[in-house]
Formats: sequence, structure tokens, C-alpha cells
Amino acid sequence: MDSAAVFLPIIAALPFLGALLPGLMIQAGRNTCAAFTAAPTILALLLLMLCVPAVLRGEVLTYHIDWLPSLGLNVNFMLDGLGLLFAGMILGIGLLIILYARFYLSREDPMGQFYTYLLLFQGAMVGIVLSDNILLLLIFWELTSLSSFLLIGYWKHLPEGRQGARMALTVTGMGGLAMIAGMLILGNIAGSYDLSVILTQKEAIQASPLYLPALILILAGCFTKSAQFPFHFWLPHAMAAPTPVSAYLHSATMVKAGIFLMARMWPVLAGTPEWFWIVASTGLITMVIAAKIALFKDDLKALLAFSTVSHLGLITMLLGLGTKAAATVAVFHIINHATFKAALFMTAGIVDHEAHTRDIKRLGGLRHLMPITFTIATVAALSMAGIPPLNGFLSKEMMLAEVAETHWIGPYWLMGALATLGALFSVAYSFRYIAHVFLGPKRHDYPAHPHDPGFGMWAAPALLTVLVVLIGFMPMTFAGDLVRVSAQAVTQAEPYVKIYHWHGLVPAFWMSVVAVLGGAALLALHAPLMRAWNATPRPEAKTMFDAVTRAATRAGTALTDGVHDGSLMRNAAVFAVVVPVLGWFAYAAGGMTAPTRAPLPVALVPAVGWVILLVSTALLVVYHRARFTALVLLGIVGLMVSLGFVYFSAPDLALTQISVEVVTIILLLLALNFLPRETPAESSGARRLRDGVIALAGGAAVTGLTYAILVRDFAQDSISAFHLANSYKGGGGTNVVNVILVDFRGFDTFGEIIVLGIAALVIFALTDTVLRGAGGRRLANLSPDTNPEGQAGDRHPLMMVIATRVMMPIALMVGAYIFLRGHNEPGGGFIAGLVVAIAFLMQYMASGYAWAEARQRVTYHATIGLGVLIAALTGVGAWLAGRPFLTSDYGYLHFPPIEEFEWATAMAFDVGVFLTVVGAVMLALQSLSSMARRTGETVNVFPMDINPARTDTDTDENRGGT
Amino acid sequence: MELLLASAIGVLTAAGIYLVLRLRSFPVIVGLALLTYAVNLFLFASGRLVVDMPPVLRDGVDSYTDPLPQALVLTAIVISFGMTAVVVMLALGAYLSAGDDDVSLAPQDDGREGGA
Repeated sequence: MDSAAVFLPIIAALPFLGALLPGLMIQAGRNTCAAFTAAPTILALLLLMLCVPAVLRGEVLTYHIDWLPSLGLNVNFMLDGLGLLFAGMILGIGLLIILYARFYLSREDPMGQFYTYLLLFQGAMVGIVLSDNILLLLIFWELTSLSSFLLIGYWKHLPEGRQGARMALTVTGMGGLAMIAGMLILGNIAGSYDLSVILTQKEAIQASPLYLPALILILAGCFTKSAQFPFHFWLPHAMAAPTPVSAYLHSATMVKAGIFLMARMWPVLAGTPEWFWIVASTGLITMVIAAKIALFKDDLKALLAFSTVSHLGLITMLLGLGTKAAATVAVFHIINHATFKAALFMTAGIVDHEAHTRDIKRLGGLRHLMPITFTIATVAALSMAGIPPLNGFLSKEMMLAEVAETHWIGPYWLMGALATLGALFSVAYSFRYIAHVFLGPKRHDYPAHPHDPGFGMWAAPALLTVLVVLIGFMPMTFAGDLVRVSAQAVTQAEPYVKIYHWHGLVPAFWMSVVAVLGGAALLALHAPLMRAWNATPRPEAKTMFDAVTRAATRAGTALTDGVHDGSLMRNAAVFAVVVPVLGWFAYAAGGMTAPTRAPLPVALVPAVGWVILLVSTALLVVYHRARFTALVLLGIVGLMVSLGFVYFSAPDLALTQISVEVVTIILLLLALNFLPRETPAESSGARRLRDGVIALAGGAAVTGLTYAILVRDFAQDSISAFHLANSYKGGGGTNVVNVILVDFRGFDTFGEIIVLGIAALVIFALTDTVLRGAGGRRLANLSPDTNPEGQAGDRHPLMMVIATRVMMPIALMVGAYIFLRGHNEPGGGFIAGLVVAIAFLMQYMASGYAWAEARQRVTYHATIGLGVLIAALTGVGAWLAGRPFLTSDYGYLHFPPIEEFEWATAMAFDVGVFLTVVGAVMLALQSLSSMARRTGETVNVFPMDINPARTDTDTDENRGGT
Repeated sequence: MELLLASAIGVLTAAGIYLVLRLRSFPVIVGLALLTYAVNLFLFASGRLVVDMPPVLRDGVDSYTDPLPQALVLTAIVISFGMTAVVVMLALGAYLSAGDDDVSLAPQDDGREGGA
């Protein structure tokens, strides 16, 4: 590994890290902001330069970081010639764009946001071209779609901007999805997701029956990204973006990502007839059609957008030809197109900025007013037209030479002719860009008074134009090495790179001559042609796109509303029907093995419990309208379930169930205080019948499933044996259930107590919100006397108060006992927490909530937090001992005169569980009780209504107070 | 016994589904509680039914019931209390804010756009 390779992840990370800066630095002014945006880009570019010598020597730099090796997803970076070419373009032109945008954006535009998006996008692009892992590449690929969405829609106030951004995201995002599928297939065939491995598997990949699907899916991603026909329509609409965005995304980067990927995959995917037909044909068609449309666009940026589509088509076609020479030309044209097209976009932006219009019909004669811009635009446009000796000429000549030797369909000369036609249109619109904007008479009706902008704005396009000229005059000096190494990376062979101007009187020369003369003639006839163009009806891509998206939205809405219209029953009924039906399918499709377990004999006591459960459930359904009755019956059902746990060897569950039962019923009773006592009979008989059928079907399905499971043994050995065997040895406890909770699956439990704590906090927050809003006012008007059953005679009965006071220490003792023995006998933090919570609850019930609360000093929020913290600290403690999180340890302690007892760190964890449970239960009930106080319930001064130890005056006061 | 437990779970499920499909929030809560019982029992039953073999290690005893489903169900019971409490609070808040505990009402207009 070359030492420069360590720079690769830094280069990829720098723009992302730098994206944090503009938002902060904008406070310090626009210049500072731009400088801090440029800094990470410059740094990344410098690091890239340090890698150049190695790459020019023909080395491939790689840097590997394992991320998810089990998925084949690793952060592997690679830099070869192709990566260097693209990374250089992305960072270099990116730097120029940052400079240009500083002067282009007006004071009203939020510049910090713009630069943040720009750096995010830059990072994603650099990531694509440096990735050595196709899964990593896909992540960056999606990131470009997202960040370009933000950039294209940067002017949020413009509807065109928002629509353009949405269209770009839809088209490129869908292509990205297709590409994910294609890449996964490709990785599957090659047996690795690392590009360096995939690129060596050409034979295996092309021989695979899945080659064609993978090819089509990957190309769908490339073609949508690079705006190839028929997906080209999004690019012109993306021109609603600020010009720096267009210059960056649509000349050098985003649209080139598709090209990059085709070039990257060229060694393994190219060379087959399928590749040739799909890629070359698409490229050729795109090139000709887009060039023709560009000629008839009056918007400067639309003209450039379609010309970009056309030139991307040209590069795609060259890659599609599948020959090494053509691929070399493609690489060369990538460089040339980036230089002249970025410069042209920037000049279009300057014209727009100065003249306040981009409409060619309103422009003309600008050469006297803007001589510098005129010079830059002319040189760049002539290069785009392919006029010697500029760089656009060189690659166009080479392209024509390649095409002239290729047989496509029909006559042998057809491809050459079509390519010449494309070049002809290209010449025409390039000339038009010069002639109709800068030449001609000076006008007096520009929307503003155009003049050349300051140096900062024209410096970037001028620099690019200098490159256009330098590469044009001395191609081997300024681009030769870069073309050589990147072509080497694309073709995986030492390419023959010889770029020169004069090839002799070969066919390509005559094709060029025809293109230039024909283009000039076409421009002369532009006015009548334009009238004819406007008269012919054309399919409008945006209308079709809108129609398709509208139809998709409508279908989606219809489906969603069908299953979920906002009514709970609709949703629940759909669920209750679909699940048994799916289960039935699974049952009908698969086979059933014979029962392997002998059923347990039916015993009398549990059979009686079963009958009680069934009868109370049935009564519950029949009498569910009477809500108090329903709660009583629900309590009976819960009790029977607890007894069932006792019978079937689950003492811990029984203890938990019965204590949860108590708090649940209390909670529901408290809630019922504020709800209607009766459920009105509203649903029709048919509806009840329908619900009954759904319910019975669901019940029958569950019965069948449960029975089928119960009479069969495990298909595979369960992991329970491990827990039984290691509970004492490893966890130091004999109650296996508790050891599983606090030790084996301690992390689960940790998560669960957090959930419980959050639930309690949600309840608290909800209560607060309800009390502040309309609910609080309604509560204040709710008089307790409206209760039809009337008030109970004693609110705080003497007997109950005395009994709970006596019970309190006993209940706490039981809680402590259950907690301490939990590791070895049924019990533990959960159950102890519930028992202690009930002990407190009894006091609250006896003397009233407010009275009791005024006498306790613990906040339940803190109890919950403390519990979670203790549990977490116990887990962290294992780290200090050099063990994984929540590893427990145990030992024996001996405090005379108590007999020796065992102590496990898991007990500290259980303390956390205990505290969280107590806090959560109490906080939930406290929230409900705080509602009661809003109804105007008064706070009693004394703990009970009748107190023998009290004087009569006290009694009177107390009565008066209640 | 297996059939008894299976049918009990089925009855609890059926009653739960029926009540969940009612129009008011309170029966829905009761229905959810019944479904909770059914689900917890079902999870517990996945360890198969065993009598008189609690998963508490004793000298000289070498057959125990499956402790794993029990541990899972234990936390599920506690979590379901949390869930019930939140749902009760939601129902209460909705009733107090709207003056109605009907859960069948579709929102009148959720402002969703029809087109792109």
C-alpha cells in the first residue's frame, strides 16, 4: 500500500466535515463563509495532488477499513487514473464554483445553506469516484441524489425550482433503486462487493444468465443520472437552480456520475452485443435528439442543458462502442466537456446576472457591453462546436473517426451520418450562442444595463477557458498523461494515446467539414426553422411526468385510505382479517408433521379455572357497555391468567401478573372517573355480526395455531438448555428466569426499563398537555356530584386508613424480601417494584392523593432516572473489569451474625429495574390523580374522616374543608 | 390441558378482537387488555406446557420447564402495563379535549394534496 493511500478516506471525508463550517461562518460575513467553504476543498485537492505521482506511475492506491464485513460492506477506497480524473474535476471545478457563487448569490440568498449543500454534494461525488466497494458507492450515489435535490430546489420560493428538484429526485432516485438491485446481482455473481475483485471477474459475469438483468438495472441507474434518452427530461427542468449549481452539477459532476459508473464498469460489462446495442444506441439517439432540441431553445440555460444531454450522449455512445480506442476518446471528451461547459454555464449566469434575462430573443449585441464575457463565451462555445484548434475539436474528430468505422444498423454509413448530424446541430447551437447573444446590433431594451462583472465572477470561467485553449494547442502536454492513466483504468490495458490535430483527408475530416458548414447554414435559416418548430406539436415531458406522478399519488392515496381512513376500527378489522388469511395460506401451502407430544391429562382444578375464565370473558363481551362491570370481569380474567401461570410452573409470571393486575385495574378505575360510565349501543346488528365473525375467525385461528404448537416438540434444540446449565455457574443464581432477566438477557431488560420509563414520562407529558388545553377547562367544569351513583359516604374511611398504615411496613418488607430472594427464588426487581408501588398506592387510596403526596419527598421522575442510571452503571462497571457491557460477577459475603449469603453484581442491576418500575407506576397514577384535582376536588387536612384522637373543632374544620 | 389452554387463548383473542372493533375508546382499551393476556399466554405456551417443574434450580432435580419464554413474558407483562397506561391516557386526553370518546371518526380534512 502506497503511503499516499491514507489520504483517500481523508479526501472523501473533508467535504462532509467542511459542510459544518459554512453554516457557522456565515455569521462572520460572506467572504469568510466562502473562504471556509473553499478551505476543505483546497485541502482535499492538495491531498489528491500528493497522490498524483503514484497514480501516474500506474499504481492503484487502496485503503481498506472494515465496516460490516459480514455483509460485504466495507469502507474501501481506491484511486486509479479514472478516479483521479473525476476527483480532480469535482474538487477543481468545485473550487471555481465556490468562488463564482460568492459573487453570483445575492444578499437575500442564504449563502451558508448554499455552501453546506454544495459541500455535501461534493463529498458524495468524491465518495462515488473513490469507492472501491460498490455498496459504499451506492450509499454515496444516493447521497448525490439527495444533496442535489437540496441544491436544485435551493430557491425554495420558486415553484419551478421545487418542481425541478422533485422531478430530478424522482427520476434519479428511481434509477438509483434499479441500480441497487443491479449492483447486488453483480456482487452476487462476482462473489464480492469490492470493485477491485469484481473488475477481475469479466468472464464469470458475462457468462452468467443474470448478466443481462444486472446490466439493464445498472444502466437504468446510469442513464437516469446522466439524463440519457428517454430520461433526459429532468435535466432542463433542473435548470431552475441557481447557475453555480447548474454549472457544477450539469457540467462536471452529477450528470457525469452515470458516465463515471459506465466507465468504471466498462472492463466487466462492455464488449458484449447487449452492451453495444443498449449503450451505443441510447447514446447516439440522445446525442442527436438533444442537439436538435437545444437549437430551438431560447433560454440560455435550457440551450446549454440540452447541449449537455447531447454531449453526455456522445460520451455514452463512445463507451458503448466497446473498443479501447473509443473508450480512450470518451475519457478525453469528459475532460474537454467539463472545461468548456462549466465555462459556458458561468457565462450564461453572468449574462443573466447583468442583463436580468436569459432569453436569447431579448439579447444580442452584448460584445461591446461585455467584452470579457464575450471573449470567454466565444472561445468556450467554439470549442463546443468543435472548431480547431480548441480541445472540443480534438475529441470530436476522434469521435467521428471511431464512429466512421462502426457498423450499427442499416447501411454501413448510418452511424457516421447520424453522428455527423448531431455534430452539425451542435455547431448550429454553439454558433447561435455566440451570434444571437453577443453579436448583432446593440439594443436599447435590455431589462438592465449589462456590463462586465467584477474579476471575482469572471475569473473562474476565464481559467477554464485558458484550459480549453491550452489543451487545444498542446493536448499531449496538458491532458496526455491524465487521458493515458484514466483510459488505462477504464480499459485495463496500456492505451495508445496520441492526440493530434491533422489526421489527413480521412472521413472524419470531411464529416467535420460537413458539420461546420451545415451548422452555419442551419443558423442562417434559424428564424424560419424556429417558426416550423413552434408549429409542430411535440410531446411535453413535464406534462407526462406530472400525469404519471399524479396517477401514482392518487393510487397510493386510494389504497392508503382504503385500509386506513383514520378510523381505528377499519384499520384493526383489516389487520384482524389479513393476518389469519395469511396464516391460512402458510398452513395450506406447507405440510404438518404428526404430533410428537402426549397431551397432559386434564385436572379438575385447572378445568374449573378454565370455565371461570371462559364464562367471565363471555360475560365481559355481553356486558361490556356497563363499564364498571366490565372492569370487575376483567379483573377476574386476569386472576385466572395468574392462576394459570401458577399451575404451569411459572411462579415468577404469576407474581408479576397478579401485581400488574392490581395496578392496571386501579388505573382503569381512576380513568373511568372522567369517562362516561356506559358505552352507548350504536353499532347495527349487521355490524355486530360482521365483527363477531371476524373475532371468531381470529380466535379460531389462534386456537389452532396454539394447539398445533403445543402438541409438537421444538423443531430444533432450543437455547434454553444453555440457560439452565449456566444459570448457577455463570450467573450465580438458581432462579433461571431472574438470571435470564438480569444477566443473560440483561441488555434486553435494560432496554425494557427504559421503554417503561419513557411510557411513564409520556403519560406525564400528555396529562400536562391535556390540562393546559381544552381538556383542562372541561375538567374544571366537571363537578364530582354529577356522578349518578353519588359520592361514597366516607371519602377516607377510618378502618381503611388504619389498616393501610399497618400494612405499609409489612408490604415494604414483603417487597424487600421478594427483591432479595429474587436471584434464587421466584421474585426479583420487577415484582418487588410492583409490590412496593402497591404499598404506596394503598396510602394514596386511603387518605387521598394530595394528602399523601404532600408527605412524600421523592420525585418519581428522579426515581425513574436513577433506576436507569444504576442499571447502566452496573453494565459499565463490567467495562472497568475489562469485560463486555453488563457482564455480571458474583461472590459470597459473610456478615456475622447473618449466615453467609451470595451476592451478584446483577443485584445492583435489579435495583435499577426495581426503582424504574416503582417510579413508572407511581408517575402514571400521579398523572391521573392530578386530573382529579382539576375537577375541584378539595384536599383534606387530616388523614381520615373520623379520628377519635381529634377534638370537635378539628372535625368541623375538616368537614368544612371537604 | 393443551386444548384447554389453546381454546382459552382463542376465546381471549376473539373477545379482544370484538371489543377492539367497537366504536368507543373504553371497550377498545379493555379489548387490548384481553389481547395482551392472549399474546402473553401464547408466548408463554411456546415453551410447551409443563406441570410442577418451575425453573428454579434444586439439588437432585434435573428436569425443568423452559425458562426463556417466562423471562420474555415477564417483561412483556410489565411493558404491557406501560402500554395500557399510555393508551388510557391517550383515550382520556382525547375524550377531555374533544368531548367525545368515539374512535370511528375519520378526520374531516387532513389537508393532503391530491397531486404532485
